[in-house]
Amino acid sequence: MLTQEKQTPELLEEKKTITGSEAVIRGLLKEGVDTVFGYPGGAIMPIYDALYDYCDKINHVLVRHEQGGIHAGQGYARASGKVGVVFATSGPGATNLITGLADAMIDSTPLVCITGQVFAHLLGTDAFQEADVISISAPVTKWNYQVTDASEIPAALAKAFYIAKSGRPGPVLIDITKNAQLQQFTCGEHVPCDHIRSYRPKPIIRKEYIQEAAALINQAKKPFVLWGQGVILGAAEQEFRQFIEKSGIPAAWTIMGAGALPSDHPLNVGMLGMHGNYGPNVLTNDCDVLIAIGMRFDDRVTGRLDKYAKQAQVVHLDIDPSEIDKNVKATVPVWGDCKETLPLLTELIEAKSHPEWLQKFREYEAQEVEQVIQDELFPASGEMTMGEVMQQLNELTNGDAIIVSDVGQNQMVACRYAKLNHTRSNITSGGLGTMGFALPAAIGAKFGAPDRTVVTFVGDGGIQMTIQELGTIMQSDVDVKIIIVNNQFLGMVRQWQQLFHERRYSFVDITSPDYIKVAEGYGIAGKKITERENLRSGLQEMLTHKGAYLLEVMVTKENNVFPMVPQGCSVSEIRLK
Amino acid sequence: MTNQNHIDRQEFNITVYTEHQVGLLNRIATIFSRRKMNIESLNTSPSEIEGIHRFNIVIHETEDVVRKLTRQIEKQVEVLKVYYHTNEDVIWQEMALYKVPTDVIAEKALVERLLRENGARAVVIRKDYTVFETTGHREETDNLIKVLQPYGLIEFVRSARIAIIKGSEGFNRKLREFERAEPGSESVENEYLNSREKIFSM
Ligand SMILES: Cc1ncc(C[n+]2csc(CCOP(=O)(O)OP(=O)(O)O)c2C)c(N)n1
Repeated sequence: MLTQEKQTPELLEEKKTITGSEAVIRGLLKEGVDTVFGYPGGAIMPIYDALYDYCDKINHVLVRHEQGGIHAGQGYARASGKVGVVFATSGPGATNLITGLADAMIDSTPLVCITGQVFAHLLGTDAFQEADVISISAPVTKWNYQVTDASEIPAALAKAFYIAKSGRPGPVLIDITKNAQLQQFTCGEHVPCDHIRSYRPKPIIRKEYIQEAAALINQAKKPFVLWGQGVILGAAEQEFRQFIEKSGIPAAWTIMGAGALPSDHPLNVGMLGMHGNYGPNVLTNDCDVLIAIGMRFDDRVTGRLDKYAKQAQVVHLDIDPSEIDKNVKATVPVWGDCKETLPLLTELIEAKSHPEWLQKFREYEAQEVEQVIQDELFPASGEMTMGEVMQQLNELTNGDAIIVSDVGQNQMVACRYAKLNHTRSNITSGGLGTMGFALPAAIGAKFGAPDRTVVTFVGDGGIQMTIQELGTIMQSDVDVKIIIVNNQFLGMVRQWQQLFHERRYSFVDITSPDYIKVAEGYGIAGKKITERENLRSGLQEMLTHKGAYLLEVMVTKENNVFPMVPQGCSVSEIRLK
Repeated sequence: MTNQNHIDRQEFNITVYTEHQVGLLNRIATIFSRRKMNIESLNTSPSEIEGIHRFNIVIHETEDVVRKLTRQIEKQVEVLKVYYHTNEDVIWQEMALYKVPTDVIAEKALVERLLRENGARAVVIRKDYTVFETTGHREETDNLIKVLQPYGLIEFVRSARIAIIKGSEGFNRKLREFERAEPGSESVENEYLNSREKIFSM
């Protein structure tokens, strides 16, 4: 049984002549990779073969579908701040990554995907399992590259990691032909990449813009901060907090920025956008200086652009020059990494508080609590709501859990109501809105932050898109808590049909399997909650259970997420009902 | 699309300096195609610096849109620098070839004069056909089509536009900035980035 024996990594380290595949694994180790999500196949078998010798150094998580693999990689990256690494074979394996690549691209998630490819001499011949992955993935990767010779591997890998994590992060794909994986070559030292001639990860900070921005902020009567994921990606939570606290400016967040400032911070005035809070949306059209930090004015945040904050002077801080003036024209652009620009700005601004202005947010908040939040979070009678599930969860986790939501009403409820004490705690598909994201992303999040409680909040539609990943949970023994909020509908689509298509519920009633039995089939404990009186104990049991747990909560069927900025309306036209 | 936009639209010459890299053409092309924009003309060629390629792209758009496009192009990892200019700011040329039957041409004594007036020259003269060439702006090359049409023009082709920036000191100086391992504090590309309205206008 010679073939099953593993070689010791130490011995392999000393080898000078190695295969391309060994170079891949060595490169990953040198880049500090400890976890890979993947699925093998013919065209990536040499890499898997090389991995066999390194199983004690690199934890490979065998997913059930490559889409699950890449979403897991995203969850890992988002929870840990490290680069997520994903393996897939050629052709169908690689194309199964596309949704996740697009998702990671729009949400600026650092990933390195390694795909196998057919032998170089077969490229372009429609060989078995050949797909033009480089062309297909080009629009959804920050960079991609095809390796056809083993000697290119060390440099390509180093470059891939540098590009994925530097500047505005993003997904990178390296496609390696089988001959390159098998080819022997003399491998030199791993040289990490820190410079590429044609690549400028960050623009250089211009002091005069910082000064202009500070002057605007200092004379503002009603300044308002909008923050996004840039704060988290730049690891600038501290710098951000100092800026907010010194300036005394009320701050609202995009769902990608959630958690960078704790939910109960006195200057945190809530969520922006289509299903955001009432005050921040209305007052966007009332402020005199709008300070956007690491956010990109997505249309879900701005609503109608021609009626968006027209009265305000705009200060926009962003690391990506192409984001400035893209959707909203900036009065003062502050190009740069906000970890570096924020302290410079904080130094120049006057310490202030804006009690009257802040009070306006509180008044709108009181209105929203009375008309929406109270009924959603504390319904006295009737069927259960998604909001009360989240409310109970908040109380039990005390806001310390990582919440991984899917897409739809569940996502909006999770983002609106989850209490987040810590950064990197809200993981969701923001830009692409990918159903099926949550379950695999939660798996990745648990690997990325093993000491934290990871709770998935997912709809009955979304769970069925990647439910096969229960198999990954089973095999890898991943401790994720899964809450399916089952409204027996594709809820968010149904909400739109109700509001904008005269209740013509076209193909949105979706049936579910017996999730508890399905979980049982995968060896995962679970319970279905149909009565309010069992909700809290069910959540409690889920949280204290050792290992994965699936809790299905039957919630009211035709509930809507409000407030809402209807499509094509301005943010100040936000509806409470 | 408002009227205002129609008025503001004009030809812009986008100059892109890139690494010589497989797949980059595709990446640049999709920046236009995903926004449903037609490229009027596209030429790629080596630049004066070894290993650096140069794209000349012509697009009919508003300046605001073009500015955004150039930033998206420049965002590509393998793109070194992007400039955009109006037609007044560049010296540009297109080349055209015209194939006409030799017997017709030979019979008409006026032809020679027509060609001279239009700055054309014969590239190939064969028994069955003759190929002429002109180089110039669109109106000039278009003109010769009209002139040659009555003489049985068989085939016509025009090249993509190439353009040289009038006010340029050349790209060499900027390249040296790019070559430095650590970008210096007065990295030139940021100067342009930060001059906003005047961006990239050297
Ligand atoms: C992959 C994918 N397909 C379709 C959609 C469109 N979509 C957005 S929300 C939604 C309904 C989600 O239903 P469910 O998962 O049950 O969650 P709920 O809204 O009920 O919480 C759909 C179909 C999407 N976002 N992603």
